[in-house]
Amino acid sequence: MALEIDRVTKRFGAFPAVQSVSLIVAPGEFLALLGPSGSGKTTLLRVVGGLDVPEEGQLRFDAQDMTLTPARERRVGFVFQNYALFRHMTVAQNIAFGLDVRPSSTRPPAREIKRRVQALLARMQLEDMGARYPSQLSGGQRQRVALARALAIEPRILLLDEPFGALDAKVRKGLRQWLRTLHDEMKLTTIMVTHDQEEALALADRVAIMNAGRIEQVGTARELRETPATPFVRDFLDDTPSHAQGSGI
Amino acid sequence: MTASPPRKEFHPPTRESFATRVVLVSVAVLYISLFLFTPLIAVFTEGFRNGVDAFLNAIVEKDALAAVKLTFIVAGIAVPLNSLFGLAAAWAIAKHDFKGKSLLITLIDLPFSVSPVISGLVYVLLFGAHGFLGPTLDALGIKIIFTTAGLVLATMFVTFPFVARELIPLMQEQGVSEEEAAISLGASGWQTFWNVTLPNVRWALLYGVLLCNARAMGEFGAVSVVSGHIRGLTNTMPLHVEILYNEYNFAAAFAVASLLALLALVTLVLKSALEWHYGEEIAASHRH
Repeated sequence: MALEIDRVTKRFGAFPAVQSVSLIVAPGEFLALLGPSGSGKTTLLRVVGGLDVPEEGQLRFDAQDMTLTPARERRVGFVFQNYALFRHMTVAQNIAFGLDVRPSSTRPPAREIKRRVQALLARMQLEDMGARYPSQLSGGQRQRVALARALAIEPRILLLDEPFGALDAKVRKGLRQWLRTLHDEMKLTTIMVTHDQEEALALADRVAIMNAGRIEQVGTARELRETPATPFVRDFLDDTPSHAQGSGI
Repeated sequence: MTASPPRKEFHPPTRESFATRVVLVSVAVLYISLFLFTPLIAVFTEGFRNGVDAFLNAIVEKDALAAVKLTFIVAGIAVPLNSLFGLAAAWAIAKHDFKGKSLLITLIDLPFSVSPVISGLVYVLLFGAHGFLGPTLDALGIKIIFTTAGLVLATMFVTFPFVARELIPLMQEQGVSEEEAAISLGASGWQTFWNVTLPNVRWALLYGVLLCNARAMGEFGAVSVVSGHIRGLTNTMPLHVEILYNEYNFAAAFAVASLLALLALVTLVLKSALEWHYGEEIAASHRH
């Protein structure tokens, strides 16, 4: 699915979190939103997911206006920074949730839901974890459950908010490669928010660098490094070695 | 400790000497015995003073039974309604932002800061024969004061904060991310509330309902004002105890009182059981 963000502005009171941002994400592309905290990247992601409504501008999925479509009708796979797993449901129930809540006319039969959950568990290397509760899982496992839950609804686009933010450096590296492989297999349009430039540059097809609610530059890792469009982009890529940045949050 | 030199015990800096600890614990135990256990024992001893038969007679007596029944009816209406309103208020406050939110929080606390007698008087002023709305309601044939309806209203007012206060801190701590996840997965508002919000606070809700019920059944001040003390009709258990006591019918008064005390003990046991098993899931405020 192609995503078009067209001059979108989102304010919180008088504070403009996102200011007239335009961005086009190609079908199957993996795009990273990179920037310091408070730069508006998470807000932009939430606008795409329908969790925040922009004051101005338009949002299009495959040229179809989605600006005012409620989040529940967007079929967006959102992976939250803290995973937001349902704490009183098992892993399998978490993953099945998006299918279970469908109206009976579009809900797959129970056996089909079960089969899909099993398939997702296998894909996430969580085969034996279906009966566990989120509190019984490690950080990396929770992250994969959150991803499986988002993928279960067969989303049109995958939105990842700091997907590795809560993990230690070692787990993070392993999951990073795994996520890229998963993306290449599924060809799902993906936007990932991160403050870790190494992560963004290593993982994404293109990186959009955000600062103070605006996109400073969009490009491949190479373009950004070789021809930074603004002093901010040059400084940001120079000054923030990822290991120092990544320890935040 | 194994690494330290032998026979030299390590004391954490916050630990007091043995003597201090003994004194502190004794004072606490003595205080609790004096002010909590002694009266509790006294209630039961007085109740059984004239034997088990007298005790049972006092309880199965017509007016006493009517009082027990009325207490259950009043609590049976007030507690479910307050649970519903409390849940709705907590949900609105903890999960949403709106103007006048702090005012609403203050209003929820109002019954705690107002003397129950005043709460009762307000209802008399509103619905009494010479009250603000009394004549109008009277013309419609609706009576509030000196009826069960008045008792329910007064009880609801006094016990309103229990459920809401229990849920607000927990819901605030849990935040809205699980709800956002549910909605982005396609759940409706109702499905989200029923499948995500409610299960996450179920034990805290039960805890609040328990406290609300204990207070609803034991409430004296507010219901005393609106009741009119009509025996067998508008007397709840606490009011019945007072009447018996004022008639120097001590054994009967303490017999009914011991029923109330029993209720308190049952509440306490259930409350402790909830705290023991689900402390983590019960209000965040208990942990801070």
